[in-house]
Amino acid sequence: MSRLAGTFARLKQEKRAGLVTYVMASDPDAATAQKIVDGLPDAGADVIELGLPFSDPMADGPAIQAAALRALANGGSTKATFELLRNFRKKNTTTPVVLMGYYNPIYIYGAERFCKDAAAAGADGLIVVDLPPEEDEELRPYAKAAGLDLVRLATPTTDDKRLPTVLEGASGFLYYVAVLGVTGTKSAAATDVQAAVARIKRHTDLPVAVGFGIKTPEGAAAIAKHADAAVVGSALVQIVADSKSDPATPLHKLVRELAAAVRGAKQGAAA
Amino acid sequence: MFGLFGGRFVAETLMPLILDLEEHWAKAKVDPQFQAELKALSTYYAGRPSKLYFAEGLTRHLREVASAGGSNGGAKVFFKREDLNHTGSHKINNTMGQILLARRMGKKRIIAETGAGQHGVATATVCALFGMPCVVYMGATDIERQAPNVFRMKMLGAEVRPVTSGTGTLKDAMNDALRDWVANVTDTYYIIGTVAGPHPYPAMVRDFQSIIGVEARAQILKAEGRLPDKLVACIGGGSNAMGLFHPFLDDRDVAMDAVEAAGLGLNSGKHAASLQGGKPGVLHGNRTFLLMDDDGQIAEAHSISAGLDYPGIGPEHSWLHDIKRVNYVAATDDEAVEAFKLLSRTEGILPALEPAHALAHVARIAPKMAKDKIIVMNLCGRGDKDIFALAERLGVKL
Repeated sequence: MSRLAGTFARLKQEKRAGLVTYVMASDPDAATAQKIVDGLPDAGADVIELGLPFSDPMADGPAIQAAALRALANGGSTKATFELLRNFRKKNTTTPVVLMGYYNPIYIYGAERFCKDAAAAGADGLIVVDLPPEEDEELRPYAKAAGLDLVRLATPTTDDKRLPTVLEGASGFLYYVAVLGVTGTKSAAATDVQAAVARIKRHTDLPVAVGFGIKTPEGAAAIAKHADAAVVGSALVQIVADSKSDPATPLHKLVRELAAAVRGAKQGAAA
Repeated sequence: MFGLFGGRFVAETLMPLILDLEEHWAKAKVDPQFQAELKALSTYYAGRPSKLYFAEGLTRHLREVASAGGSNGGAKVFFKREDLNHTGSHKINNTMGQILLARRMGKKRIIAETGAGQHGVATATVCALFGMPCVVYMGATDIERQAPNVFRMKMLGAEVRPVTSGTGTLKDAMNDALRDWVANVTDTYYIIGTVAGPHPYPAMVRDFQSIIGVEARAQILKAEGRLPDKLVACIGGGSNAMGLFHPFLDDRDVAMDAVEAAGLGLNSGKHAASLQGGKPGVLHGNRTFLLMDDDGQIAEAHSISAGLDYPGIGPEHSWLHDIKRVNYVAATDDEAVEAFKLLSRTEGILPALEPAHALAHVARIAPKMAKDKIIVMNLCGRGDKDIFALAERLGVKL
């Protein structure tokens, strides 16, 4: 069983939702980003989304835009991201890591070579924001051959007519974008998410992770009641922006709070 | 779509809308009522058809240049006067078409990106005409160098949102417009200003701009009794070039030169020549030639002309480049400024800095062509917007 499938199976057994944390590789620099990522599992992250820096992140809000520019200014690149991941895997072989980014750096690296190298470095899946199902045929076979899940995204605009297109060939989990907008701006409404997840579940058995617009432990708990996992990114990345020194400590502290909230969410719902 | 190039590389949130847009456009394109509405607007509002003008003064001057060099050459130069359209450039052709489509789709709010401000003004104009709220994203750098157009947009009731991310130019404005669209996808229509972006934009904008070439073809046949030997147009995203070229693509004897902005020089690293200095990649919804580094990070473009200052190019141009139907050349900032001065003096026409690049190329090639050869150049915009930037460059305080 893949690390992703294993993790979601374990979460189901434990009758709880998972916490997915997003941070940017090489942000603010290689060493600090390594320390941040290395500490995420102990802080309570069930799945790690590792951002591949890109100069023009069209689907991201100001926090992740700034993170990408910080990373690129300090040596961030596809190769540096793989290096971070290889180092992480020396210490951790159980926590799934999903690389999240935009297609151009992957295309330039070469889709087939990218998938091979990503898998060799220890990645479990890919999320490519600007590669919708209509275009991902040029990446999907290579991802599959390398044993990587190509995670598809569904959004509030993905209606029942379109959902089968998104789910066709999806693997790992489905990433539900909870708001109409870029990352880290609007707040996700738990009631809307509940309805959306229920709708998606009618079409698939894949786990559904919900992200975009989850900023606080309370917000994460509210979403985790209805989803298989809650994704938090901009709020973590913002800590890197705000910290004068050692962003890892406050970042891991927030992850612990988020994890506690997410772990308690289903019990809260049952009671 | 166009060989390897084009596509729909957008976030999932936008996909259903892009597909919906494609459907609406396919219907509108063949709907006589839509075409009649567009024709009426083009005629009575924008002032079409634009004139095809024989630039006798410039032709005479370039023949003198040829003669001084010991040659008997000097092709006849004609201008397609898109600068005389309402709002001062070819951009209005596209915004009229797209706002009619937006209304058909029931959209209530318009957004646009702009570089030189010509597309922003053309969008703000049609929004004023149809009473629709309009937000224009414009790089902070461009706002500074295109102050007159910023003021125009504001007078037309548009909100101009400065974009400070990246280098604050056209690429960053397009990023922010896409971010706005994702957040307001249900009620908002994005009027893209050039033949780029996700399908169907490159084809749709080309279709709206093709009126330039359709008219020019008929006009040159009437004036000279034959097709031109060469078409010339400047190219940033490439909408004015595509508009002129497209109706001539099957005329194998008509050569076409598109002029990219070479900025400080093609070898300087500071230019906007995506085809001559870039490679295929994916940005802003399409696969096309882009300026980037080895890691696939998009590079900053440079040009004196805000309208050409973009690190990409429309995907159909990438294809025409690959199949060698169009010859892609370049002109530097300095050459464009000289061409601006040349046209002002020889014809009494201040060209925009964008077509000044095309003109710089015409001034290079016309003296080497025989006198019975014909060049048609797209004079795609007027230079009034550029006088402040130009004065500053020439050390004159206005």
